[in-house]
Amino acid sequence: MKGYLTTTKKPKTKTKFLTDVVSISDFTREDIENVLTQAEKLEKMPVQKKQKILNGKVIASLFFEASTRTRLSFETAIQNLGGRVIGFAEAGVSSFKKGETLSDTIHIIENYADLIIMRHFIEGAAKRAAEISKKPIINAGDGSNQHPTQTLLDLYTIKKEFGKIDGIHIAMAGDLKYGRTVHSLMYALAKFKNVTVYLIAPEILKMPRHIIEDTEKSLKIFETKKLEKYLSKTDVLYSTRIQKERFPDDTEYEKVKNIYVISTKTISQGKKGIKVMHPLPRVNEITTAVDKTSAALYFEQAANGVPIREALLMMLKDVKK
Amino acid sequence: MVRDVNGRKRCGCGRMTNEIKISPIKNGTVLDHLNSGAIYKILQVLDLTDYTVTAAMNVESRKAGKKDVMFIEGKELNEKELGKIALIGKGATVNIIKNSKIKSKIKLGYPKKVEGILKCINPKCITNMEPIPTKFNIKTDPLEAKCFYCETQLNENEIVESIKK
Repeated sequence: MKGYLTTTKKPKTKTKFLTDVVSISDFTREDIENVLTQAEKLEKMPVQKKQKILNGKVIASLFFEASTRTRLSFETAIQNLGGRVIGFAEAGVSSFKKGETLSDTIHIIENYADLIIMRHFIEGAAKRAAEISKKPIINAGDGSNQHPTQTLLDLYTIKKEFGKIDGIHIAMAGDLKYGRTVHSLMYALAKFKNVTVYLIAPEILKMPRHIIEDTEKSLKIFETKKLEKYLSKTDVLYSTRIQKERFPDDTEYEKVKNIYVISTKTISQGKKGIKVMHPLPRVNEITTAVDKTSAALYFEQAANGVPIREALLMMLKDVKK
Repeated sequence: MVRDVNGRKRCGCGRMTNEIKISPIKNGTVLDHLNSGAIYKILQVLDLTDYTVTAAMNVESRKAGKKDVMFIEGKELNEKELGKIALIGKGATVNIIKNSKIKSKIKLGYPKKVEGILKCINPKCITNMEPIPTKFNIKTDPLEAKCFYCETQLNENEIVESIKK
C-alpha cells in the first residue's frame, strides 16, 4: 500500500534565474544564494568535468575601460569552463573610436557570441545592452554605477570565511560617498538577516543619505569618523581606496587620502578573528605588513572572483531571452 | 472663484461662478486645482506659443486655500503633455472643453513610470550619450524618480528642472 502515502501537495518550483546580470538590485536573496552555491560546487568540481560546461560556446569580453582583475578573472573563468573568448581590452581598439553607438556594437556582437561580458565607462550601458541584446549580458562595471560580480564575490568571501552572511558585523571604511562597491554591498547585505554595518568615513566621504534610507529597515547601521570605534565588534573590516580623481581639488584629497590606514596595530585592537577585505587596487589603505597576518582576506577575495564568474557563466550560458 | 471680463461668475472649467476676470474657452483644456506657482513651471515645459493661454494664480480654493488655474484655447493636451503636468501638479484636474461643454475630466496622480519626459541629470548616463528615450520609475512620499538605466535618483526639485520641453 505504498501509494497511499502519495501527497497532493505541489512540489516547490524553483524560481527562474535572471536573464542578465546588470545590477545587484535585480537579485533576490535566493538568486544570490544560488550563485554562491554554484560557485562552491565549481570549486570542488574536477577540471575535466568543468571543461565541458562552456564547450562550443563563444563568450564576448568587451572592455571599453581598462581592468586587470575583473577582465582576467572573467577570461580565466571562461578558459576553466572550456569556452572560447573574443573581444577587446580597451575602447581604443573597438569601433567605438569611430563613433559607433553601443546599440550597434551589441547588435553586431550578439550574432558572434553566446554571452556578452561588458565593462563600459558610460553609466547605464549594461542596462541598455541587456534591453536590446538577444544574448545574456553580464555587467563587469558601468562607470560608477554597478559592478554586481564584485558584490557577489564579496558575499562569497564572507560566506566562505564565516559560514554565513546573516548576523555578520561589517565595518566599511574610506570613500563611502563615491565607492560603488560599498553602495552595492549595502543593498546586497540588506537582503540578509541581522546584519550590522559600521560606516566609517570623514564628513566629505559619508555614505549617501538615500542609500542609508533605502537599507536601514533591514540593516543595523552605525556611523562614525573613527576607525577604532567599533573594531572590537567587527567581523569584517572592508576598506576602500580614496579615489583622487573624484575630488574637485588636490587640497581636499590631501586632507583625507591617508585618513584610515589599516596596520597590524589596527588588527590587534580588533575582535579576535577579524578579517580585512578590500576590492583592490589599494594605495595606502592597508600596510603590506598586514598581508602576512591571518586577518588579510583581500587576495583570497580577489581569487574568489573566478568561481563566482564561473558560476554566472554557467547559469546564464543557455538563457533564451 | 473667478469673474470674467463681463463680471460673470465662473469656476476653473469656465462655468459661471464668482470673482476672477477670465474669459471662458470654447474648445481646449482647463487645468484646475493646480498647486500655487505650478503655472510658472507648466509654461516652461509645454510649448504653448501658438495658443491663447489665460492663467490665474493664487485663486481662492475651498480645498487647498489657494490654487492656480489655466485655460488653453484650441488645444487638447496629449498623453505626454499630461505626463509632464502630472509630475508638477499632483491632484490637478484636467477638463477637456468642446463647444463650451466639459467633454472629459481627469484627476491627475503621479505616474509609476515615465518615458521620454525627464532628462537624466547624470551627464555620464547612456541617455545623454546616445539617442534613446529616457525611462524613469517614480516613487512617492517623497517624490523621487530613478533612472532605469544609470539608477540616478532625482528629488522633487530635480524632477521639475529635468522635464523636457
